[in-house]
Amino acid sequence: MTGFTKGSLVRVKSHFPPSPPAHCRTPFYIRGCVGKIERICGAFENPEELAFGRLGGDKKVLYRVRFSQSDIWPDYEGAKNDQIDIELYEFWLETLEEERK
Amino acid sequence: MTTEPHDHEPMHEYDPHHHHPHRDDQDDTMTYYRIMESAVRELLIEKRLINADQIRDQIEKMDARIPANGAKIVARAWSDMDFKNRLINDPKSAVAELGHDIGPLNLIVLENTDSVHNVVVCTLCSCYPRWILGLPPDWYKSREYRSRVVREPRKVLEEFGTLIDDQREVRVHDSTADMRYLVLPKRPEGTDELSEEDLVSLIGRDALIGVVEVKAP
Repeated sequence: MTGFTKGSLVRVKSHFPPSPPAHCRTPFYIRGCVGKIERICGAFENPEELAFGRLGGDKKVLYRVRFSQSDIWPDYEGAKNDQIDIELYEFWLETLEEERK
Repeated sequence: MTTEPHDHEPMHEYDPHHHHPHRDDQDDTMTYYRIMESAVRELLIEKRLINADQIRDQIEKMDARIPANGAKIVARAWSDMDFKNRLINDPKSAVAELGHDIGPLNLIVLENTDSVHNVVVCTLCSCYPRWILGLPPDWYKSREYRSRVVREPRKVLEEFGTLIDDQREVRVHDSTADMRYLVLPKRPEGTDELSEEDLVSLIGRDALIGVVEVKAP
């Protein structure tokens, strides 16, 4: 997978990690939602491995992705420009182009 | 049912009005995690990987981290535009100027403006900039706050007494991975004459999380 740049449109994968046991840092509410890359945070060890004490694996790129509240919650009652920024690992994101194929 | 007459009340013999609530001691049950913590700690000491004094020292350091550290950072940013820019562009070295070595922490500073109000949550657990502010408040860790502030942030803010105009965006930051967040609140109007020290006293912990705004004295 290629890296994303600031402003790229991405969709959060809606799969579930294999279970049990599993650990991930992608909350359920954001899966399947479309947002825009806000910034690249750097590369960190994969929390899905670290949770089981498996240290020293490849580092994974972490992004902050910005979503419109009204895209996450169709019945959102706040102002229409309200947003959520959330940290997501690259392997949880897909480009919208890839999805169209 | 009849009650036996009492010739005395079973009251505290030296202070009959002494009944403020005491928090229960939490050392009466060895839960699974307590046993695990003791076992791991004792093993680490036994294997000489760390010693008891290092553990004590870290607890002491943790307890010394308090929200006033964050208040001083914000007051400096309000008083010194160059510091504010450094704080937003390179938080780690900016807070180091004030003597805070934040170690491995990756800090992002979120500036509240006339068009954006920021509020921080960790929906998955209780991630918090502990290296600066110390331990998070209990409500921050509650399931209610964590689940509702992403779903209906304006209602949650209202329950904290904070009304954000609809023209201003409410931006929720879900601290799900390796970043930690400090809100840089808006400087309240009418505080131009205040010294940096006086500003510090206005800034509470909750404003650094973003559930309230800082008010003029």
